[in-house]
Amino acid sequence: MSPSPPPPSESPAFAPRNYLNSPETGLRSWLTTRDHKRIGVMFLVATSVFFAVGGLFALLIRIELLSPSPFIMDAMTYNRLFTLHGVVMIFLFMIPAIPSGFGNFLLPLMLGAKDVAFPRLNLLSFYVYVAGALLALYGMVHGGADTGWTFYTPYSTTTVTRVVPILLGVFIIGFSSILTGLNFIVTTHALRAPGMGWMKMPLFVWSIYATSIIQILATPVLGMTLLLVAIEHAFGWGLFNPALGGDPVLFQHFFWFYSHPAVYIMVLPAMAVISEVVCAFAHKNIFGYKAVAYSSLGIAFVGFFTWGHHMFTSGQSPVDAGIFGVLSMFVGIFTAIKVFNWTATLYKGSIWFKTPFAYFIGFLFFLVFGGMTGIALATVSLDVDWHDTYFVVAHFHFVMVGAVMMAFLAALHYWFPKITGRTYPEGWGLVAAVMIILGFNFTFIPQFLLGNMGMPRRYFSYPARFHALNVASTAGASVLAMGLVIVLVYLLIALRFGPAAGRNPWRSRGFEWDTPSPPPPENFEVTPVITRGPHVYDDEAVEYPAHAPEPKHAT
Amino acid sequence: MQPSPLAHHFESLDKQAHASRLAMWIFLATEVLLFTALFAGYSVYRFLFYDGFSQCSRSIETWIGFVNTLILVTSSFTVATGLNFAAKGQGRKTGLFFGISVLFALAFLGLKAVEYTHHFQEGQLPGPYYHFAAVKAAGGPLFFSLYFLITGLHAFHVIVGMTVLIVIGVLAYRGRFSPAYHVPVENAALYWHLVDLIWIFVFPLIYLI
Amino acid sequence: MNELLRRMLFLPEQASEYSRSVDQLHYFVILTTMVAAAGVFGAALVFFIRYRRRTDTDSTPHVTPRAIHEVFFIGVPLSFFLLWFAIGFPQFITLRTPPKDAMNVYVQGKKWMWKFAYPGGPSSLDVLRVPAGRPVRLLITSRDVIHSFFVPELRLKQDALPGRYTDAWFQADRPGEYEVLCTQYCGLGHSAMRAGLVVMPAPEFDAWMTAQRRGIAASQDESPIPGEAVRPASNVVTEGQRIAAEQGCLKCHSVDGSRHIGPTWLNIYGRREKLTTGKMVVVDEPYLTKSMMDPGADIVAGYQNVMPTYQGKLSPPETAAIVEYIKSLRSSATPSGPSEPPAYEPIPAATK
Repeated sequence: MSPSPPPPSESPAFAPRNYLNSPETGLRSWLTTRDHKRIGVMFLVATSVFFAVGGLFALLIRIELLSPSPFIMDAMTYNRLFTLHGVVMIFLFMIPAIPSGFGNFLLPLMLGAKDVAFPRLNLLSFYVYVAGALLALYGMVHGGADTGWTFYTPYSTTTVTRVVPILLGVFIIGFSSILTGLNFIVTTHALRAPGMGWMKMPLFVWSIYATSIIQILATPVLGMTLLLVAIEHAFGWGLFNPALGGDPVLFQHFFWFYSHPAVYIMVLPAMAVISEVVCAFAHKNIFGYKAVAYSSLGIAFVGFFTWGHHMFTSGQSPVDAGIFGVLSMFVGIFTAIKVFNWTATLYKGSIWFKTPFAYFIGFLFFLVFGGMTGIALATVSLDVDWHDTYFVVAHFHFVMVGAVMMAFLAALHYWFPKITGRTYPEGWGLVAAVMIILGFNFTFIPQFLLGNMGMPRRYFSYPARFHALNVASTAGASVLAMGLVIVLVYLLIALRFGPAAGRNPWRSRGFEWDTPSPPPPENFEVTPVITRGPHVYDDEAVEYPAHAPEPKHAT
Repeated sequence: MQPSPLAHHFESLDKQAHASRLAMWIFLATEVLLFTALFAGYSVYRFLFYDGFSQCSRSIETWIGFVNTLILVTSSFTVATGLNFAAKGQGRKTGLFFGISVLFALAFLGLKAVEYTHHFQEGQLPGPYYHFAAVKAAGGPLFFSLYFLITGLHAFHVIVGMTVLIVIGVLAYRGRFSPAYHVPVENAALYWHLVDLIWIFVFPLIYLI
Repeated sequence: MNELLRRMLFLPEQASEYSRSVDQLHYFVILTTMVAAAGVFGAALVFFIRYRRRTDTDSTPHVTPRAIHEVFFIGVPLSFFLLWFAIGFPQFITLRTPPKDAMNVYVQGKKWMWKFAYPGGPSSLDVLRVPAGRPVRLLITSRDVIHSFFVPELRLKQDALPGRYTDAWFQADRPGEYEVLCTQYCGLGHSAMRAGLVVMPAPEFDAWMTAQRRGIAASQDESPIPGEAVRPASNVVTEGQRIAAEQGCLKCHSVDGSRHIGPTWLNIYGRREKLTTGKMVVVDEPYLTKSMMDPGADIVAGYQNVMPTYQGKLSPPETAAIVEYIKSLRSSATPSGPSEPPAYEPIPAATK
């Protein structure tokens, strides 16, 4: 079947009037913008910078671990580095990156709306993020904390390092998370274009919606908990201090009540991206729309009741351990549903092996193994052996770096034409993707084995029998780092010199592709009316969206 | 005549109001969860240190808590009355009643200040500063750590609520709202009711049981 | 088969029956995972090849699942997950339910060492001796922050919490020596906080225990036994050395001049040291004693405030003995550098 030739106005053109240059240009217009697209871009830039910072910390850690004895740093520095690596990667990158970055840019476009529900609140959310990040940065520059990102008491309340600025920085960033979540929920409820019922929403929106629910409910608890630790560190009020009757395990309950749902704040947006990428690059509808949509809500809901699986060895009662273990099994099912549905989507599809799809392949591989090792950890007796060893480190890096980072990179490449109006070099994209996937495997598969051998986490020096696998892991990390640097370089070059992409270079049916690339500031001149479902690819005659009127192309 | 409050990305004032209200309810949910963490901590430690906590609870001045409860409930009533007037388009009366509510809130804070002074004098202080001779059972320092955290956080929210009431009250007095659109007044009232509601939980938990 | 899988998965040896059963579950889970992953990736690979984009076809059929698909997607994994839980959770219960005749050992984690004590018996630092073939119950606590007691070969782990006792038990099959690792981050010495687990043949263990209890120490672990009835006459310096070893001072302070977590004791007595506040101080008996009782007060510049206090843990004669031991640590080398004139401290104003 040959396609109909593109109509004249469809030759790849860089939309002259777009959100990047209208209504104004210049730093001030960006810093006072209410345009969700500009705010999304600012979030992407900021979170990417912190991704690089956290990655640098990781590289330093891996270099130190090349040797079983002290190598390029002392114990205190090492302890600070792994703490800051965790804090930066989780709170300054992973939690905000896809939701506040891509979510901000895409949500209104996908819903047929002109902006999010509260544009000024959106800008505030960005500034709150920056303020919190700066405060945490201040703490890092002045020595940083050495408690681990989990801040377990009583170590965190008695250590001499500068925990308080970092705690307060994360506390402030939490508000950014809450405000964004609030904005997205209201946008989804109130700003859908006419004709878009809930079951016609793109799957990206479903997952971001579920993420937002977790954000608003879980983050306040973390905020309170970190505040309590900061107060105890500064004033010694003794809520978690056994000498004054406090219970250090209570801190763990409070902390994990947020931090377990937090991992779903990180993973659900990744799944959101993948649903879009699979449909676009298999050029096909999603296999089970309702299953994938509802499983996002399922993860959000059940995920709140599983926090105790981080505490199987902390002395909680076997009854607790049992309840948390069983519930953890259920939360894993929702991920399984998604994995099967995504794979089944490929059946009878028309698969285009472009860079975003390469990242989907990596994502699938890492989510299956990352997820299954999560289930394995939930079978309580196995966790007793693996807890606080490199097995857990490998597990969460598989899901967070493997799955979430793959999705982030997939999103970057898939929506690069829409956000910037340009294309990136596809050849380099595939090369970098392969390097990243291979490098990742070489970094973290040895860590599963190290965990099996019994190497504990957060070890600065280690027994000689762990040496070889540590060297292998560091070697992999260098390849991974190189791949990421390559991505950074060609994306920056493409930003400036990439050829125009045109409205819809991927011929995707996502609603956001109906606008010009880059989109105009008001997204749509007239509110669109939605008549077709999302991810619908079986109507070959339709190249243009089925809603009226046709979007105007500036030529 | 004021320009229409309709924002450019909403189709109608109706939808905007709906979105505004939904956002407020969600925000209130997050506030509730903030306090839930503290309440959970209180419950756990009360269970572990029953004697100490109940003795400490009896040692603080319940009458102040009771009067404060009456004050807050009354202030919620005046806020609701103000909202009622806003719905009828009588913005000046809204401003007046919100002003009365703010005065009640000030009285609440004043009584709390008196109470805190007594605590300092008696040595009923958190953590290592605790030197309250009358209660020697274990858990005294913890009780007061939680007491100051919970009532302190609540007082902070009272101050925020007062600010919101003042701002919205002044705007209402100046005729900014109409029967067709007075969602900010609704939201301000909702926030104040939450502040009141939280206190309704704090009072029995800390003073009565 | 067990051995093959154990080696392939880099698992350490199985020192107890419990280790073996946990490993069986491990094999079950990992093998099922591999099979399932192969299935998913196999299907994906087939689809990649069969359904790759050949021309710029714009349409694909609209495929929707039948209910049976989703039932399969949910039912099969859930059954396996729950099965694994049903095997693993009883194993966990076993671990938390010590047999009635288990021998109790008290374990205390402290930055950055492990202390063991047998009820009515000896205590030791960093070495735990247990009999093979008999159940041993560990009662674990911490003196300061949360630590965790981990023996990989026993697949055993339990957090050491301050202010509470947690317990776990094991029965080692056969004699051997294993490493105990601290596996809950606890500060600078976290990766050095290791101990040895020595599993002795039961009769040998009984003999050792009897000897310990009688005070005739045939072979001593790093520390001798406190509370011995008859002590050979020893001078105060040897006493100080013994106590310093027993209390774990030597974990942070070296006696050979090398820099460690705390200042070295070699040649420290009588030296003038600069503190973190910039003030100069002479290391004399009062300073050494104060350092033991209130270590955070006057810290030597270049060191961290991580020393725990020994207030209440050392009696005055023991403190004095340690001071005497430190005084005795002089190298024969003459100190290099110009000789300092005597430091005159102003006479403090008369206190009221």
